[in-house]
Amino acid sequence: MNKSKEMIPIQGKRREDLLVLLEEAQSKFGYLSGECLTELANSLGLSISEVYGVATFYSFLSTKPQGRNVIRICKSLPCFLKNYQTIIESVAREIGINPGETTPDGKFSFQLTNCIGACDNAPAMMINSDVYVDLTPSKMSQILKSCK
Amino acid sequence: MPEKRIVLKNCGIIDPRCITTYLDRDGFKALKKAMAEMTPEEVIEEIKASELRGRGGAGFPFGLKWELARKAQGDEKYVICNADEGEVGTFKDRYILERDPFTLVEAITIAGYAIGSNRGYIYLRAEYHHLLDLLTNAISQAKEMGFLEHFDIDIREGAGAYVCGEESALMDSIEGKRGEVRYRPPFPPTKGLWGKPTTINNVETLMNIPQIILNGAQWFSQLGTERSKGTKVFSVSGDVRKPGVYELVLGSRLRELVEGLALAEKVKMVQVGGTTGRVLPYDMIDTPLAFETILGAGAVTVFDVSRDIIDIIYRTIEFLAEESCGKCAPCREGTEVMLEILGRFSSGEGTDKDIRTLEELSSVMMLCSLCGLGQAAPNPVMDSLQYFRSAYDNRMRKD
Repeated sequence: MNKSKEMIPIQGKRREDLLVLLEEAQSKFGYLSGECLTELANSLGLSISEVYGVATFYSFLSTKPQGRNVIRICKSLPCFLKNYQTIIESVAREIGINPGETTPDGKFSFQLTNCIGACDNAPAMMINSDVYVDLTPSKMSQILKSCK
Repeated sequence: MPEKRIVLKNCGIIDPRCITTYLDRDGFKALKKAMAEMTPEEVIEEIKASELRGRGGAGFPFGLKWELARKAQGDEKYVICNADEGEVGTFKDRYILERDPFTLVEAITIAGYAIGSNRGYIYLRAEYHHLLDLLTNAISQAKEMGFLEHFDIDIREGAGAYVCGEESALMDSIEGKRGEVRYRPPFPPTKGLWGKPTTINNVETLMNIPQIILNGAQWFSQLGTERSKGTKVFSVSGDVRKPGVYELVLGSRLRELVEGLALAEKVKMVQVGGTTGRVLPYDMIDTPLAFETILGAGAVTVFDVSRDIIDIIYRTIEFLAEESCGKCAPCREGTEVMLEILGRFSSGEGTDKDIRTLEELSSVMMLCSLCGLGQAAPNPVMDSLQYFRSAYDNRMRKD
């Protein structure tokens, strides 16, 4: 079944809407499947490789299934200076995954990301679109426990 | 030297969710003045006379961009506000958007009037998605009050790509493509978004516009240095006791910012302008902050005496190698080779040949890269070789 046609209105969309459509599909399905990319390519009159090229360029888009909660811990210099390593280690301790992995129950994915502009309150991270700052291992523990 | 809050005039004072608090502080008076008492050409002349330069890192003469777009042939023109703020250690635009989105909306609308555009875009990085509602709300309130009668402002979000802060990659991103840098010429004021005349301006630069219109160009140009007028908003982080956003008159010394305001101690090195900026040893702490000397977009990251220079430069180049759009060989390949060499120095396996390779690569990348990422990637490497040569010498392979 063409999931993306069902849930993302593509009628009347143009080439320039591709990134917006990819972002919407990412938001709704958690990732961009081959099926979804093919559907978008056909609807917009583009080659699949072109759509794939756009989907894989941006770090907030994923062509692999992700957890419901995507943890992105900042690894850039200002957060490095504020002990981001202890925060990364606390994630591994709490939920048992390392950067690049997803929990078997599909609840969490874990990535390292580049500067998110929260350097004044480093170390910092995002979970989906929410930003968390002034992180400590115990704060991480609370945040992770509160995720659904 | 105390701060001078011109750009940050309303931050922490108005309610960013409520336009009436903005109107109480001369909000939208500049737009009214521009549209009722000035021609678009007069608006542009005033901005040119202020000598305002871009605050996103490149420092391009702001008025000239508008003038070129005004004069360009085209039935449709676009104003883009670059809110992609991806440079490491920069968070001033985030701070501004959080606290005073209305000044930005007014400034973008004035831009539209000046160049003859009825459509504006704010390109908001994905990492600032949490500010989307605040911005959308500011635009709707301005519309409800009748300030956006002839002008529409749309927000387009990024999806996690530092290079989309570069103006041509940004336009490709809005067009639904990979954020790849374009060959120039043509330049955006002639052929930009969808081939139409376009101005792309940084958040902070735009924030200066309403006050320049209300107070006049000279009010602005009397501040600063010979070639750097006005103030600059700095983002200070790293080994400091008071990280945060500070606005100083251009020409102020780095020491005033780092030690005076951010309370840093035992400083070894300061990185000014993020990963593509300059690296200064502590003995240059009295360098004035200006386009003529060092500035960038004003990211100031402080490293104390405990920090390892090679590690810092490695992490800087690692970021750039990752974020390179990949279109041009000098940057795509050059950043990777630099990273490889720095990796050797990290493990104490550096050689003299490696140093010569870094120097050769740097001149090729500076000359031939398609955009500022590749052109400026050699900066931290070359600066560290100049000021911290012993850090490299101590990591040479011992044969």
